[in-house]
Amino acid sequence: MSSQDIPEENLPAQQGHAHGAVDVADEKNPFADPGLPPHEHRIQDIDEEAAKRSERTVALLFTVSMLATIGFIVSYVAVPHDRSIYVFPIGHVSALNFALGVTLGLALFCIGAGAVHWARTLMSDVEVADERHPIEASPELRAKVHEDFRQGAKESALGRRKLIRNTMLGALTLVPLSGVMLLRDLGPLPGTSLRHTMWSKGKLLVNMNTNEPLRPEDVAVGSLTFAKPEGLEEHDEDFQKEIAKAALMIVRLQPENIKDKRELEWSHEGIVAYSKICTHVGCPISLYEQQTHHVLCPCHQSTFDLSDGARVIFGPAGHALPQLRIGVNDEGYLEALGDFEEPVGPAFWERG
Amino acid sequence: MKKLSARRRHPLAALVVLLLALACTGGLYAAFAPAEKAQADDTAQSLAIDEGKKLYTVGCASCHGTGGQGGSDGPSLVGVGAAAVDFQVSTGRMPAATSQGAQVPKKKNIYTRAQIDQLAAYIASLGAGPAVPTKEQYGPEGADIAKGGELFRTNCAQCHNFTGKGGALTKGKFAPSLTDVEPKHIYEAMQTGPQNMPSFPDTTLSEQNKKDIIAYLNAVNGDETENPGGLELGGLGPVSEGLFGWIFGLGTLIAVAVWVAARTAKAKKS
Amino acid sequence: MSTTASNTSRSRGKAPGGERVADWADGRLGIYTLAKSNMRKIFPDHWSFMLGEVCLYSFLIIILTGVYLTLFFHPSMNEVQYHGSYVPLQGQLMSEAFNSTLHISFDVRGGLLIRQIHHWAAVVFIAGMFVHMMRVFFTGAFRKPREVNWLFGFLLFVLGMFTGFTGYSLPDDLLSGTGVRFMEGAILSVPIVGTYISFFLFGGEFPGGDFVARFYSIHILLLPGIMLGLVVGHLILVFYHKHTQFAGPGKTNNNVVGMPLLPVYMAKAGGFFFLVFGVIAFVAAIAQINPIWAIGPYRPDQVSTGAQPDWYMGMAEGLIRAMPGWEINLWGHTLVLGVFIPLVLFGVILVAIAAYPFIEAWVTGDKREHHILDRPRNAPTRTAFGVAWLTVYFVMLIGGGNDLFATHFHLSINAVTWFVRISYFVGPVIAFIVTKRICLGLQRRDKDKVLHGRETGTIKRLPHGEFIEVHEPLSQEQLHTLTAHDQYKPLQLGPAVDENGVERKVRATQKVRAKLSEAYFGEESQIAKPSVEEYKEITSGHGHH
Repeated sequence: MSSQDIPEENLPAQQGHAHGAVDVADEKNPFADPGLPPHEHRIQDIDEEAAKRSERTVALLFTVSMLATIGFIVSYVAVPHDRSIYVFPIGHVSALNFALGVTLGLALFCIGAGAVHWARTLMSDVEVADERHPIEASPELRAKVHEDFRQGAKESALGRRKLIRNTMLGALTLVPLSGVMLLRDLGPLPGTSLRHTMWSKGKLLVNMNTNEPLRPEDVAVGSLTFAKPEGLEEHDEDFQKEIAKAALMIVRLQPENIKDKRELEWSHEGIVAYSKICTHVGCPISLYEQQTHHVLCPCHQSTFDLSDGARVIFGPAGHALPQLRIGVNDEGYLEALGDFEEPVGPAFWERG
Repeated sequence: MKKLSARRRHPLAALVVLLLALACTGGLYAAFAPAEKAQADDTAQSLAIDEGKKLYTVGCASCHGTGGQGGSDGPSLVGVGAAAVDFQVSTGRMPAATSQGAQVPKKKNIYTRAQIDQLAAYIASLGAGPAVPTKEQYGPEGADIAKGGELFRTNCAQCHNFTGKGGALTKGKFAPSLTDVEPKHIYEAMQTGPQNMPSFPDTTLSEQNKKDIIAYLNAVNGDETENPGGLELGGLGPVSEGLFGWIFGLGTLIAVAVWVAARTAKAKKS
Repeated sequence: MSTTASNTSRSRGKAPGGERVADWADGRLGIYTLAKSNMRKIFPDHWSFMLGEVCLYSFLIIILTGVYLTLFFHPSMNEVQYHGSYVPLQGQLMSEAFNSTLHISFDVRGGLLIRQIHHWAAVVFIAGMFVHMMRVFFTGAFRKPREVNWLFGFLLFVLGMFTGFTGYSLPDDLLSGTGVRFMEGAILSVPIVGTYISFFLFGGEFPGGDFVARFYSIHILLLPGIMLGLVVGHLILVFYHKHTQFAGPGKTNNNVVGMPLLPVYMAKAGGFFFLVFGVIAFVAAIAQINPIWAIGPYRPDQVSTGAQPDWYMGMAEGLIRAMPGWEINLWGHTLVLGVFIPLVLFGVILVAIAAYPFIEAWVTGDKREHHILDRPRNAPTRTAFGVAWLTVYFVMLIGGGNDLFATHFHLSINAVTWFVRISYFVGPVIAFIVTKRICLGLQRRDKDKVLHGRETGTIKRLPHGEFIEVHEPLSQEQLHTLTAHDQYKPLQLGPAVDENGVERKVRATQKVRAKLSEAYFGEESQIAKPSVEEYKEITSGHGHH
């Protein structure tokens, strides 16, 4: 930043700097500043009747405000909080909210309108010029401050007694570390928790809607079902944490429509179970188009092809949805054949 | 014509299956209904199928094939059931225009109630499928609205929005708004999964679940639904709220600021 | 002057009550010294100078209503069953945070109104800051001595966004929860430390049971506390620097023309507070915002389409939606570029506008104070840069709402996304070029007006049959106003060899600077304003029509 290199003549002449405060227009410079135009009177300045009218308007506005406040209090007391009214063109709204809002708005607006009308019509509107002064200190003051500082610094002997300076800097650098340490218990270390879900071998796939374990014959081609692992109930303390990883989306495809070999292997009679959690940033992805077998994320439009290993075909997701390997147990219920083989949900540094 | 008569056995065979199914599912009704009446129903039913077939040949066969077996322009209708016919035709989606965009939209229905029933009877006769739901199935009695809300958020909101205002799907397809859609049609859509919508058969979304969902929708997206805070702004969330805040909130404030800062009218110069 | 007069005429004990109180306070606080320089301080009148006031007042409204809301809100994620008066949620499991927000909305009289005022005021606050910032940008009000205040304002804008985001997340509803989940995913994408930061922020795995309480203290204490300090600093600097003004007769770089704080500005600014509050209360009476009861309580396995953040996070949302899904796996680690790049770009785009004043100051090398505002046309490169920046911003806002654009205009969501991806690169370039052309055109028109007068629209027939339009010469006020702006000359690097024929060393930074200076002030980038000589030649040449 060496703007000293800029020659002065490159900078345009600034008004006021070049010519003193206000130029007087003359023959030489038709563009010179003619100075503040003379003040013109408003109607209210010369016509007392008009001024009176303004006064009455202001007083009226303040009065309306008072009435509106009374209206607010009356509404608060008189309107039941569960009353619904139809207000054209807004629709069915809470009577209380509408009444309180309109009266409060009116009470406040009228105070403001009154004050501004008063200022605009009755207070002096003569424009005044205020001088500006440079912000920079004068060279003498600048020198004085620098001198004072040097004096103080010298008296502290900080520069001379290096041992004091260095140990002090060391202490001041270290002391915030205590604060940083204290943040350690904000949460546990990640460990491998993002790699595991509740799913394990033999866990039944429980229908989200009916809370019953699913059988293969329940799942029709073209249908969409959501499932959770057996043993996870909505009122469990860690329900939110577990469902955030374990939620499943189950669809049935015609086995001949499945293009991915592994997908077919991990399916059961064309029934495939995919993680419902988007691999982009974790929205529950479930906009399943049964004819295209595409599933779209409503948050950022990542699109996956469920007939081809849930490969990403559009949008910002970086990898396919993890598939859960499923089978059928002796009693004819769908079960997991293990946990997901890769972490579900958004990618992270340690994912690999 | 010869081809048609050769196939005559097919629908009749299917009719027997259908009647059997009716006898089982509607057991209660059948048990108490007088025998002669059932007989009369049978005749009425086969008449309806015949009428339906005529309608089908005129309006549907060009895409779905003469026997509902499907073609390059339309899927097979064997086994889709009466519910699918009632949904597609009553909402005007079928018959579709010859060149559709990404998806067949809702439009004005051109069939009468009786014609739709006849068409439905014919399609149902091609293969067993979900029947048209009854009022008891989709009516509000015995529904749990709150449970319906939870089910709606799990199964429906991802495409149709929190309160059923609709949303976008891939490549120009969309999940339509559910405002002003008849409960019966919502029930049928869940049962049959029209177009790209997945189906939610009774095995995974029970009849009671469907009833709950319909009751919830009626509560949050019905004619009488209250929006206590005022204008709903489309019920679309922060995008429309942001637009409103910019245009009406900030816009009004800027208009007010212009008034505050404007010069007061001067007395006339002369 | 008048104080000495009143001092002498005043005898002890007889002064009016107000004066006695003021005397008491002055003896302890020195208020008279403060009042001397500030009570009759001059403020210029222009509607665009009130945009900052919109922000200040909506900030005050947010604090007032926010304090009220804290009286009823429970920042806890304990699960409870709902038994309030909103039927469609009866018996549902939800967090206490959501439950208490429903309580505020349905069972506290006026609670819904205050909630809506709070939220609408937040939307207006940040929109107001955005427009205010653009006003300051396009008029060059950020130049010396106001760079620090520009940064204060920028920080307020950024902190406002995050305060808004944390507040939006507090009710723990399905929409905001989805937003928080996005935030978790974005944090996870940070290389090396992302997973740790996420676990520390959420107290373990998402969603955990802590984030509402933590966001609460950030939302009501940490961020607003910093913002309050910045607002005070911002205002002190406005008073200290005195307001800028547009060029005009009597207005110079050494004065400020307007009306005194007492009484006119006090009444106008004070009144404006009530006007702003009134308008926002009215908006809250008629328009619903964030109906969490319709949205439902948060569950990580549920979602709704149209999941968007409040508008001020829309730019980030657009970036994340438009980004292709790049992911690099190397040596057992994952670099989540598809999320991390938008995260970085979000910061870069914001910093670009914040850093601009310093870049411009470096290019011009101008170290003088500037109190006269530029008309945007007279700084074409700056204006073009600003419009290009706005283009990026608004393209990304469209990207953030791509699903709603698709459904409402019957477009393919994929097409909208591709439009956003391409416009992100092409849009600002086109905007830059077009804006600069328009600015130069307007400069030319100003020049014509100065030299040839104003077109009156009156057509006159000259004796020899020619038709001409009568041009009316401008008044001196207008002539002055249209020629008052600064025009820089491009920086010259000087000859490549000095007088002794030795090659001069020119540093690379100097070369860059000269290039930029040429781009800013070269012949392509500004129309030389009319000189006195040109004016005289034309006016004396063929006289007035």
